[in-house]
Amino acid sequence: MSEVATSEVGTQTIEPRQNRLVGLWRRFRRNRLAIFGLVIVVLMILTAIFAPLIAPSDPKVQNYGLTLQPPGEGGLMGTDSLGSDVFSRVVFGARISLEASLISVGLAIGIGVPVGLVSGFFRGFWDEWIVMRIVDSIQAFPFLILALVIAAILGGGLGFAMIAIGIAFVPNFVRITRAQVLTVRGLDYVDAARSIGTSNARIMIRHVLPNSLPPILVQTTLAMGYAIIAEATLSYLGLGAEPGEPSWGSMLFQAQSYLTSAWWMAFFPGMAIFFAVLGFNLLGDGVREALDPRTYD
Amino acid sequence: MAFLIRRLLLTLPILFIVSVVCFSLINLIPGDPATVILGPEASEQAKEQMRERLGLDKPIVVQYVDWLGGVLHGDLGESLVDNTPVSQLILQRLPVTVELALGTFLVSLTIAVIAGILSASNRGTWIDYVSTGFALGGISIPHFWLGMMFIIIFAVYLGVLPASGYVPFFEDPTANIAAMILPVFATGLRESAELMRMLRSSLLEELGSDYVRTAFSKGLSRRVVVIRHAVRNALIPFVTAGGLQIAALLGGLVVTEQVFQLPGVGRLIVESILERDFTVVQGAVLSVTAIVVLINVLVDMLYAVIDPRIALSEE
Repeated sequence: MSEVATSEVGTQTIEPRQNRLVGLWRRFRRNRLAIFGLVIVVLMILTAIFAPLIAPSDPKVQNYGLTLQPPGEGGLMGTDSLGSDVFSRVVFGARISLEASLISVGLAIGIGVPVGLVSGFFRGFWDEWIVMRIVDSIQAFPFLILALVIAAILGGGLGFAMIAIGIAFVPNFVRITRAQVLTVRGLDYVDAARSIGTSNARIMIRHVLPNSLPPILVQTTLAMGYAIIAEATLSYLGLGAEPGEPSWGSMLFQAQSYLTSAWWMAFFPGMAIFFAVLGFNLLGDGVREALDPRTYD
Repeated sequence: MAFLIRRLLLTLPILFIVSVVCFSLINLIPGDPATVILGPEASEQAKEQMRERLGLDKPIVVQYVDWLGGVLHGDLGESLVDNTPVSQLILQRLPVTVELALGTFLVSLTIAVIAGILSASNRGTWIDYVSTGFALGGISIPHFWLGMMFIIIFAVYLGVLPASGYVPFFEDPTANIAAMILPVFATGLRESAELMRMLRSSLLEELGSDYVRTAFSKGLSRRVVVIRHAVRNALIPFVTAGGLQIAALLGGLVVTEQVFQLPGVGRLIVESILERDFTVVQGAVLSVTAIVVLINVLVDMLYAVIDPRIALSEE
């Protein structure tokens, strides 16, 4: 009974999901910058997957006879202070960066979205005075300082850095999900579902959540980019990946002592971070514009 | 007035939770905090002394009340490494961070306002493309890396500015400012990119609204319409955004201070974390966050002053 009723409501007020995705892609495709972002992100994913095939040498292999070679003589991007090939390390760095951002953003979504959904759906004392006040307070901490402190408490290392970044992102996802849920829960189809006796849990999962996804999707893409910077920052400060690991951040940490003699040690990992983050930002902006009805023409 | 009082009261629960989080820092260390701080080789006696010193032998609520009582009297405890009062360490480092923050804010605001107005009022022209391209690049660049590039270009190759080495302003103002230029621009460019994007979009919204069309239709010049009408209104959401940006800015300075070896509060936090000097971390993080909360209250008050509708709607 409820199946029939909800699908009728669905056809009246919103386009079927299939058509919506096609429309989304059509609008997205028209945005050249967004496509550029998508290309960068896909390239990064491919680099991460096929790192062993792309990199000319083992990123951790050290060659003390060939330290601090400039680009050209010492391979495409030169060699670092331990004689490792910078290009190979940059290629493998894509893996660590992608892994770190996926795990930290995944964690933030896993906690933030359900909390925002339930809190915004039921509202009341818990929402207003407990959840939102905690979110406000956590957001009062500067993001990087919060991530730094959590990583420090947990004991440092790449795994804990990812968790720390993820936790620091949670309030963002709570806030964005809740804001969307507050809008959606007042719409007619939610009232309709309620009037035919659909349970709260089912309304939340089948109706409110799917219609709250667009801004969460945008936030996810942008957060991926920011997580890459955050991982690099923690590793640069010595609280993320170990110095020997080919993480872009720890490469920059290593490069700090050689700024006067080996610019390439700092230049290339930084450019890699820049392009990766740019890719996610362009992609996020593109998705946002494709989803925004105001740009619909 | 009632608005201001309510706004101040609302910050109390935030400050309370912030203090609880900072307090719990030591208690949240997995395992035995004393072992983590002193290292596994420390004697049982030393660990016992450390636990007593941190007050870990008392019930947690008593610990919190003791600690908070101290904090409210300006006593943030002592460094676990050399017993210096934490408040003294912070006060020593604060001027550097404040100078950096003010400089960065000034630079980013100036760039953002100019670029934002230029790009919104010349939408679709090369000026717009250059400014939005700059902003997009700016939010994607890790600012500490930008700082490193500045060091390579301006200190190593051109040799026009120092790479590091802080000199207090009152000792040698010229050397102080010279040392601050690169860090301020490295952090400021990123912040300005974020602010510029916000200003551009809120200005575009204003420029598309009815009152702007009216202003144009009564024959006002473009300059007058943009500056006198649209910018004024566009600045309202921008002020709040700018306030929220302060937290990000202070977080960003932690890394900037590291790149340029500036003895500020951010560097104090990083150094203390690496030395496991958790009372200093606790005190410094609490101070920075309390400053952020208070700045946000001030921004909200400013918001009510420039846009009286806010205060009125809450009455």
